[in-house]
Amino acid sequence: MIALGSATLAAALLVALFAGGAAVYGALSRDRRWVDASRRAVYALAALLTTAVVLLESAFLRDDFSFEVVAEHSSTTTPTFYKLTAMWSSQEGSLLLWGWVLSLAASAVLYLTRRRHRELAPWATGVLMVVGSFFIGLMIFAAPPFQELRPAPAEGAGLTPLLRNPYMVIHPPMLYSGYVLLSIPFAFMIAALITRRVDASWIRVTRRFALAAWLFLGLGLLLGSRWSYEELGWGGYWGWDPVENAALMPWLVTTAFIHSVMVQERRGMLKVWNVSLIAMAFLLALLGTFLVRSGILQSIHAFGASTVGGPLLVLIAILAVGSAALIVSRLADLRPERRIESALSREAIFLVNNLLLVGLAAVIFWGTFFPLIAEFFTGTRSSLGGPWFDRYVTPIGVALVLFTGIGPLLAWGRLSAEAAKGLLLWPSMAAGAAAVVLAFSTDAADSPWALFLFAFAAFTLVALAQEFWRAGIARRALTGEALPAAMAGAIARNRRRYGGYIVHAGIAILLVGIAASSSFQTNRDLRLDVGESAQVGDYEVTYERLAADPQSERVAFIATLDVRRDGEQFALLAPARNYYPTQNPMAGPIGRYFEGEATSEIGLRSGASEDFWAAFQPDLSVLDDDIARGNRQLADLPPDAQGIAILALAERYAQNPPPATFRVIVNPLVMWLWIGALVSLAGALLALWPSAEARRRARAAYAARVGREVRARA
Amino acid sequence: MDPAKKRKIRLVVALSAAVLLASALVYTSFSASTEAREPSDLIASGSGDTYDLTGKVVPGTVQRSDESLRFDIADRDGSDALPVTYTGTVPDPFRDGREVIVTGKLTDGVFVAEHDSLITKCPSKFQEEAEKDPEHVIIEE
Repeated sequence: MIALGSATLAAALLVALFAGGAAVYGALSRDRRWVDASRRAVYALAALLTTAVVLLESAFLRDDFSFEVVAEHSSTTTPTFYKLTAMWSSQEGSLLLWGWVLSLAASAVLYLTRRRHRELAPWATGVLMVVGSFFIGLMIFAAPPFQELRPAPAEGAGLTPLLRNPYMVIHPPMLYSGYVLLSIPFAFMIAALITRRVDASWIRVTRRFALAAWLFLGLGLLLGSRWSYEELGWGGYWGWDPVENAALMPWLVTTAFIHSVMVQERRGMLKVWNVSLIAMAFLLALLGTFLVRSGILQSIHAFGASTVGGPLLVLIAILAVGSAALIVSRLADLRPERRIESALSREAIFLVNNLLLVGLAAVIFWGTFFPLIAEFFTGTRSSLGGPWFDRYVTPIGVALVLFTGIGPLLAWGRLSAEAAKGLLLWPSMAAGAAAVVLAFSTDAADSPWALFLFAFAAFTLVALAQEFWRAGIARRALTGEALPAAMAGAIARNRRRYGGYIVHAGIAILLVGIAASSSFQTNRDLRLDVGESAQVGDYEVTYERLAADPQSERVAFIATLDVRRDGEQFALLAPARNYYPTQNPMAGPIGRYFEGEATSEIGLRSGASEDFWAAFQPDLSVLDDDIARGNRQLADLPPDAQGIAILALAERYAQNPPPATFRVIVNPLVMWLWIGALVSLAGALLALWPSAEARRRARAAYAARVGREVRARA
Repeated sequence: MDPAKKRKIRLVVALSAAVLLASALVYTSFSASTEAREPSDLIASGSGDTYDLTGKVVPGTVQRSDESLRFDIADRDGSDALPVTYTGTVPDPFRDGREVIVTGKLTDGVFVAEHDSLITKCPSKFQEEAEKDPEHVIIEE
């Protein structure tokens, strides 16, 4: 099986090289047969890599520990669900995932363009296959997933307990898919520059891929921050960790790109900017992969020294220099067709929002790489903490909320001051009212930035509601439908626009959640005995009891926290801590059950106004003497008897536990972060969904082209 | 004013604004950052400034007392340990022998860490550690 896997990868490398070579040769010689052959080779590549993925996943499912990757990342006791995901907890498996998704995306885009854009597709194939061959090359020469372990061990090391989390199933593949999908617009951009076809056609071909990349990256970020929110010591939903930042930067730049390409499509402007943005986004995506895999920056996602960092950096350097040189050589072709006429135009606002988004990405880039920059200039590593990031990110975020509302109001070209006044009236009044009400009825004024953000969010939400309203009124005048039906009809006719507006509304809601929860959070460490209570904000917290839950794969201690508000029960939380046995012989037969990995299960009560979050850390040091005695006396007993001893130990501890430490967080409005994110994702899906109108147009265009070709041949 | 001249002025203004903002970024980052040190560096210099102390938790030194945690951090190569006192969240992967980063100041020979500043490396790394470190060898059962 291992030989078959290696052979599949070798074949995939040859096929990828052939596909790239044939595409470029076909483009240069204008021979369509070569181009067709290259496209079919890409399909074959997708089939080969799918085979490789199936082979590796089946090895995980069969517990085939002759595969080194399987032995190191899975075990017979790993639940089946996590065996499937163990693939991408390994470096080798993540590379395979990268290559596989790339081959699927490349096949999809080439299938969609098989009869269109014949000038761009071959060059794009060339670019994609360079990247593809590189990743397959890594899997053959640097980090082979099909490496044999001889002799095969009877048991594997297992998946680290901290990664045994449902989020592990979906968070990494989403991020990787987002990263990989960015390669499609990047490749078509390069193709457009090479062929000097720098009109908006490369943008139109890859628009859905850019949106899908944005959606997947966003989903990956969302799932990652939700996971982090539910873990103890990961810094809440966002900690400015280098690896988090690495995923946020391409997402921000892609957001800018999605906006600025509209300016090029509509107005023929910002061409240099657009090609630079997508180049930046893709390079940042590769850099993200590099950061995760190289361990060059101190991160909670430290994956250790890896063998693929160097080659990846070389690829990034080559692509960066190549794209920059290509853009410079085509500057004359990229001249704008128009100039911005007025500051009160959509293109002007888009430009400002682009500058803000790219500025935000630049700040995060600087902060993330600062340890390396500082080491270069001063010789010592220094790092920047959350407060430094917040100082820059907060004002930019506040400004961005305002622009998510202003952008949709303004028309292309220019808007009269009179019309602008009419459009801005209600949103501005909403913003003013929100600011006054919040300043007087809550303590929001303690944090001026948060107050600004709330006011601007009110502006944006009312502005967007007004747009939906106006669309409905206009359609009602046209069709005579009832207003709700007219509104739905207007949305259905222009999903791209109204999907976008829904995304904007979601982002405004999300930022309200972030501002409220980061500015007005109450954070306490409590040390409580069983039966003892403490006051946290409006809540009275009582440590009711402790229970032990020993199982074969872990020993869990579960605390019961009674949370009361104004004397009434608000929640009964059960934060727990799980202890997984270690394989380390130094820990002793009993000690190994308590000195291995430990994970926390938080207790969480979510509400629309605030979340109550609690984590539990028991103090096991009172068991030290018993464990030491057990290690000495019970060493020769069979595992069953040791198991009974551990059960007894855990039970005794639970009946009379020493004081435990609780971390309690009251997080206002944090639920709106998740709600806003889901609203945004729904909007993005709506924008992505092909409308009946677009399908009809595409079919008609295709029929017309076939007709032309048939006539031309006849 | 003719449009070409106007554009030039606008460009100069925009560029100067960008340069100003970039300088602010550079300046604040150098003044707000904390430098990383290993225990041996701190012992040698005795400096009382704020640092990120990085190293490994010395096995058998972790002690809990009321609100605070005491443990020793040694250089990554295992030499020169420094005692640390810490309050706040203890991340799940925190254990003997693990690589940690903690921010704080050296006072009277003890590194007093800031509240909640303890970071423990993610366990995906342990595979490599196990290969390098004989204490973490995985036993084939």
